[in-house]
Formats: sequence, structure tokens, C-alpha cells
Amino acid sequence: MPTPEKIILAMSQHLGAPCTPTVKVGDTVEVGQVVGDSDKPVSAPVHSGISGKVAAITELLLPGGRKTQAVVIESDGEGRVHESVKPPVIDNHEDFLRAVRASGLVGLGGAGFPTHIKLNPRDVDAIDTVIVNAAECEPYITADYRECMENSWDIVSGVQSVMEFLDASRVIIAVERNKPAAIAELSKIARGVSSPGREVRVKSLPARYPQGAEKVLIQACTGRRVPPGKLPSDVGCVVMNVTSVAFLSRYFKTGMPLIDKRLTVDGSAIAYPKNVRVTVGTPIHDVIAFCGGAKREIRKLLMGGPMMGLALMDDTLPVLKQNNAILAFAEEDARTFPASVCIRCGRCVEACPMHLVPPSIAAAYKNADVESLEKLGVMTCMECGCCSFSCPAHRYIVQTMRMGKDLVRNAPKKEN
Amino acid sequence: MASMDKPLIITSSPHLHCGMNTRGVMADVLIAMLPATVASVLLFGWRALAVELVCVASCMASEILSRLVMKREQTVGDLSCIVTGMLLAFNLPATMPFWQAALGGVVAIVVAKQMFGGLGQNFVNPALAGRIVLMASFPESMNNWVVPLSGTGADAVTAATPLADGAASYSLGEMFFGIRGGCLGETCAMALILGGVYLVLRLVISPAVPLIYIGTVFVLSWLMGENPLYQILSGGLMLGAIFMATDYTTSPINKAGKVVFAVGCGLLTVLIRQFGSLPEGVSFAIVIMNILVPLIERATRPVPFGRKRRAKD
Repeated sequence: MPTPEKIILAMSQHLGAPCTPTVKVGDTVEVGQVVGDSDKPVSAPVHSGISGKVAAITELLLPGGRKTQAVVIESDGEGRVHESVKPPVIDNHEDFLRAVRASGLVGLGGAGFPTHIKLNPRDVDAIDTVIVNAAECEPYITADYRECMENSWDIVSGVQSVMEFLDASRVIIAVERNKPAAIAELSKIARGVSSPGREVRVKSLPARYPQGAEKVLIQACTGRRVPPGKLPSDVGCVVMNVTSVAFLSRYFKTGMPLIDKRLTVDGSAIAYPKNVRVTVGTPIHDVIAFCGGAKREIRKLLMGGPMMGLALMDDTLPVLKQNNAILAFAEEDARTFPASVCIRCGRCVEACPMHLVPPSIAAAYKNADVESLEKLGVMTCMECGCCSFSCPAHRYIVQTMRMGKDLVRNAPKKEN
Repeated sequence: MASMDKPLIITSSPHLHCGMNTRGVMADVLIAMLPATVASVLLFGWRALAVELVCVASCMASEILSRLVMKREQTVGDLSCIVTGMLLAFNLPATMPFWQAALGGVVAIVVAKQMFGGLGQNFVNPALAGRIVLMASFPESMNNWVVPLSGTGADAVTAATPLADGAASYSLGEMFFGIRGGCLGETCAMALILGGVYLVLRLVISPAVPLIYIGTVFVLSWLMGENPLYQILSGGLMLGAIFMATDYTTSPINKAGKVVFAVGCGLLTVLIRQFGSLPEGVSFAIVIMNILVPLIERATRPVPFGRKRRAKD
């Protein structure tokens, strides 16, 4: 979509330490210029996607309840590119990581974990496999599919850079089976670049939620299971979102940092659902207006997918880097149902990809029994929502899991 | 932004739901019992329907009154008490005096279900608890079998059940279509299997429990020199395996537990039939396994993803 007149850049668009604005009200900024940065290691800089003037530095309430500073930039419509935008010079490992950090890249699949941290695991020699996650993370969302179809060459060249950098012996591009066109397209290119000791292959996986969840994906691709509390790197894997990989390759060529993002705009209240390329920081109402506006009254607005996305309080919030969908639902899809008693049908147990027993966890939570909660594996829960989705009693299972996790996190540590 | 007339609805994720609800699940179970209900009337006459109506009415009244007395919200709308009423009736002979049938409903709902906290909390199957209390209290009424297709009401001829008289006086075909003495809902294997297939197709029950239960009885009675087909078609096995061992509340919640539970039900059924002084073992087998459910669940709890199964948990 066209460049917006105004963007709002949240200083916290990633997991980790928030940035502090590096510009002042009244400053002139250009496309690709850093407007926020942090000296903390786990963080990623924020860049402006338009040229114009810094109109304000305000406070923003992000969905999920966090508050963050935000830089508001009004466009001058000229789209001047900042002088810092040039292909990075990479001679060694440190350069590579520095460039990745400077690009502002975070996990574009939704989690928003800074990529330069992910690519710098404790034991880099142990990494033998890079998994490129093209298994769309949630229903409705097709943004990664569009990336596969439109930018397959970027994906493959990004894959090669990452594979060489990590000295990994194989790359598995994981695509769900319901996207045969993407599988065909990527397979064709992957065959061309694969070589002995540097294997690139496409793996087609059953199309089911939550196939794109990191731990589920690693098991589906390699058979390895990440133990609770451990990272993919502990089983020799690095998982990267397909759009993140493609972005890296474009960044190495052009030096243009992460300033825009493809979003799936969908839901029963959207007039013309589509995938749009949006400047990071664009207010959501502008994005919806570009998609024909609301054909029916919006009763629920989601940032992210329907299973894990956050419900928004209003449509003035800006698009964040790690967003991949805006979903707007009309009345009948926004209804809530009262919870009734658990009938022990076992659907949640069957549905849980982490093999948990939600009713037992709920009982332990009710008794504030931290020890049992830990034993039952509450911390393994990734809040995918499969349990609540399948519960005929409409019980708030995911909320109970979250509260159970909080209870464990806040419990005084046991003495050893 | 001003474009929003009403505040947006804020809820926690997930924002999708499969659309199934408790009432729908129970309605499916009731639909699955329809073939056996029709069969009961065809085989045992209108009095079968009357017993069914009495049990359902008694269960509904017990549910409403007990919730009222306990000052809790009314739950009759979830239809679970109707399922219990039908199951209880299925476990009674067509000649059952109405007041005794009604008493069974009170025991099932008030004692076995509501006193333990209502739906989802009872530790034994309410209908079976009702049946067992009636068996202990009114053994004569409970063993007053009608010969099927012999007319209704006062003209009905009574007879012993095939398991009780021990002799294979009915052909396997007759057994399959339910033309034998027995409780009013348990005899017609065909109707029960039809209902079971419906429940499996509607994803209400997993086929594992009935198949393993019936399979265990088949194999064990064959090993013991009985006619296995005759054994699986007689007594209340089909009814118990399809409609009662699959009861959500009183069977294990996890897959491995369900397998253990079903094998245990089959084993106990055969043991009671072979060595017990009772002719029929299905209800006691299921109730005993009901009581063991917490232990089975603990022993078969799935291991959280990525964690190693430890010797001792």
C-alpha cells in the first residue's frame, strides 16, 4: 500500500530491552534512518520507513498491557533515503552479526526475537541444521506463502548466507502440504543450490495447526525434541521464519533495514481481504481503509492470528515489525460464551501438541500447588490455544495455563 | 479512534472455537440411543417406552430439585440427566415397577452425581450406580425378564436370560437382532452398534474403548473355551462397552489410560461371568474400573513434550 502520511514507531517491537528514541521532536528523518536503539544486547534498532519530521514522542499502550515510548513521524512525501542505507560490508563473523543487528531484523513469524541473538547461539559448532519456517503459523494467515511465491530467490540466497555463516550442513525449508505451488517453486530452486555437505531441501508437512510452532516444527523436520526450558540450539537447530530469511538476503544486497512488512488483512468485517505490504508504524485504520474498509461493524480486532493473536482496544495502534496479520471480525465471530463445568471429555488432552493434561493443571492451579504445576509441565505450554478451541464446555483453559505459569514464575525459588 | 461506535470486544486468545458444546455432545449421545430405543419398543412392547419415560422424568426432576436445594444454577439444560435416565432404563427389564425405576433415577442423580458435585465430578457412572442399587434392593423385579416379541403389558411372558440359564437357547442371529431376554436396551446389538458408529463419526467417543473392551472379552472367553461370539452378544456388553465405558467423567481422560481401562473392563467382565455368582458382570466391571480411574490416570499420564519419562514421578 502507498506510504502513509504518518507513522508511529513503537520503541519495543521485539522481545527484549526496549529502545530509546535517538531523535528529537522537530528532527528531520529519512527512509532507513535509525530512530530508536538500545545498548542492551537483546534488542533491535527501529528505523523510519518514511522521510519527514518527528512530530511527537509519545507513550503507547501495546496490546498485552506493556507501555512503550513511540516516535511519531509525519511524512513530507519525498521518500528521501538516508545516507546510512548501503549494502553492509561483511568480512567476518562479527561483521555478519553486526549487520544483522543493524538491519533491525526480528523474528517475523510473530515472536519478534532479535535475529542477531538467534544467530549467535552459545555453541555455534553444535548447530548442524537450519530450519526455515514456511509453515504458516496460524489459520487465516498467508503472508509467508506470498513470500514463498514472490521472493523464492531471496529465500534461497538468504538460506545460503545463513547456512555458510553457521557452518550448518543442511537446511530444511518446511512448507505445509496445502501449498503445493510453494513446495514446487522452492524445491526447484533448492535442488539447484544444494551441494554435498550443504544440503538444502524442502520438506512438506501435514497442514495442521500448530505446525509452525518452533518445537513442533523441529520435531516434524528432524525428529528431535527440545526439552522444556531449552532452546532449539540445544538440539543443534536454528529455526528462522521464511520472510526473515528472505529479508536478510535483500538487506545484504541493498542495505535497506526492516521498514516494511507483509500483512494478511482478513476477517468477516473486512471488505476486501488481501495481503498488503505495509510500512512499519502505519496505523491499523489506514491499513483497513486500504483494504476497502469495514464492510460490517468491527466488533473484534486482532493483531496476529486467530489462535494466539491479541485483541486490540482500538484501531489507532501501529503495525509492528513482527505483525503478520490484522483480523477484523463482525459480531457473530466476536461472541463469547460462558464457561460451564469440565465434563472430562479429554479433547484438550488429545489436542495438546505438548502432551499436557490441562484439567490436572487446572486443579493444581486451583490449589496453588506450584510443585505439581511444574511436574505437570505447565511451563511447556506455548499457549497455542488448541485446548480452548476444542473444549465443548468453553472453559478458559489457556488463561488458566497462563496463570499457572505466572504462579510458577513468581514462586520463591527452591533451595537446593 | 472515533470510528468505533461501541468499544471493541477484548478477549484472551484463542479467538476461534470448534463450535461444539456440552449440550451438543449430550444431544449426540441421545441421538445415538435412538435405534436402541426403537428396538426396545419393538422387542418388549410399549412398556419399555414407559420405563424409559419414567426414568428420564425421574432423573430430570432429581436434577432440578437437587440443584434447587443446593442453591446452585440449574443444569438440566445440558441434557446430561436425560442421558443418565435413558441409560438407567436401558439397564432395567421392561417389567420393572415404575416406582422402583423412578427410585433408580433418584439414586443415580442425587446420590451418585449431584452429591459429588454434579456433571464431571461423579466417580462412578450414575446410571450404573442406580442399576446396582436396584439390583441389590429389588432382585426379583430386576430378574423378571420378558420374552421378546411376546406381546405387551400383562400378556408378556417372562423368562430367564441366556447368560443365566447357561444354555445357548438363542441363535447368534437372534442375539444380534436382540430377540432374547434381557434389559430393555441391551439386547439389540445391531441397534447399539449403529449408535456407536454414529458416536464415533461425530467424534463424540473414540472407537478404542468399545473395540478394546469387546475384543478383550472375545479373546478371553475364547481362551476359556466359551463361544466368543455368543459371549460378546450376550448380557449388557454391547450397551456397556459403547455407552457406559465411554462415559467421559468416569473413564480416563488420556489415551493410554483409556486402553488400560477398556482392557480392565473386559478382564473383569469375563472373570465375573466365569467365576462370580452373578450371571452378568458388565455393570460391576465398569463400576470397579470407574473407581480405579484416578490411579490409572496417574500411572499413564502423558509425558510433557521433550521431557524424559522418569522411573518414578
